[in-house]
Amino acid sequence: MFYIFCPYCDERREEEEFHPSGQAHITRPADPENCSDEEWGDYLFFRDNPRGIHHELWVHRLGCRKFFNITRDTTTYEILETYPMGERPTVTAERAGVRQEQGVQTADGGWQTVGARPENSKLNEETPS
Amino acid sequence: MSEARSENSASNVAVFDTHPSDAIDAESPLHWSRQRGVIDAAAGEGQVTVVERPFLGHLILRGGAIVLDEAVRETLGVSLPGQPLGLNHDADGSRSVQWLSPDEWLVIVPAGEEFELENRLRAQLGDAHFAIVNASGGQTLLELSGEHAREVLMKSVTYDVHSHGLPVGKGVGTVFAKTSVNLRRPREDRFELVVRRSFADYCVRWLLDAGREYGLSVE
Ligand SMILES: [Zn+2]
Repeated sequence: MFYIFCPYCDERREEEEFHPSGQAHITRPADPENCSDEEWGDYLFFRDNPRGIHHELWVHRLGCRKFFNITRDTTTYEILETYPMGERPTVTAERAGVRQEQGVQTADGGWQTVGARPENSKLNEETPS
Repeated sequence: MSEARSENSASNVAVFDTHPSDAIDAESPLHWSRQRGVIDAAAGEGQVTVVERPFLGHLILRGGAIVLDEAVRETLGVSLPGQPLGLNHDADGSRSVQWLSPDEWLVIVPAGEEFELENRLRAQLGDAHFAIVNASGGQTLLELSGEHAREVLMKSVTYDVHSHGLPVGKGVGTVFAKTSVNLRRPREDRFELVVRRSFADYCVRWLLDAGREYGLSVE
């Protein structure tokens, strides 16, 4: 059970009042008519699935009904910060020194990337942390 | 057309008085429960009392805080709560303005006043960027008071309803018995629940059950 700080109501509330809405900071292609199918497909369907720091969009659906962002560690479930729409996170994978990997762990312990276009070709290699 | 709009935007907004004439009986959201005897049969010793306040005028105001504050002061004599979760009342306590979100406030006035208020607000706001929605038909207000009112709420909402969590002059949107509620504290000894009209019956039945041990009665 999360205890989430709503940046608009300015206080902590129970998770029951909120609803997650997926990855944050996804930018719609500026010119959809002229972007490639790959760009449009990435925008519509493909999302990051990092182990570690994840920036996600939540809505305070039973409170102020505003959307805002949460930076959360997907391994510990710890919420590191919440911040209003239009702002950038202060805690990021780079800055927190947390290893960010794309993909899901497979049964044999390796990594399998998901999405049309992996952002990093070394995703399947374990990096020393 | 666009020129006419910019000259006098108020006249281009379709407004109408949602109150029917007195010849037509209006039924409260709890009508069904009253008719079926669910409520009458539940008269207790009155350590907790629920009073239904149907047909009040509910207006949702949206826009910038500064421009709305000026208009609300002018028309209602109440200032807009500047802080999140604020709830302000007029001198006799029958008209209120509540913060709902950074650009949204709820105004509740006695029955029948909302249409005139809406028109006065529209005239006052002129060409400002704003929206007013009459939500009177969509929600209703229940008052909860009595010695054990807080205990009944503690069983029903996730929010901390102690005076340090919900002091007088505060209103919050939260979870009430698996549905939503706008929970307000206008006075030390009274809570107000603004609930969806279609959920009013469910909420009252929940309160009847939660308040049974305290002899909860509904008026
Ligand atoms: Zn909120």
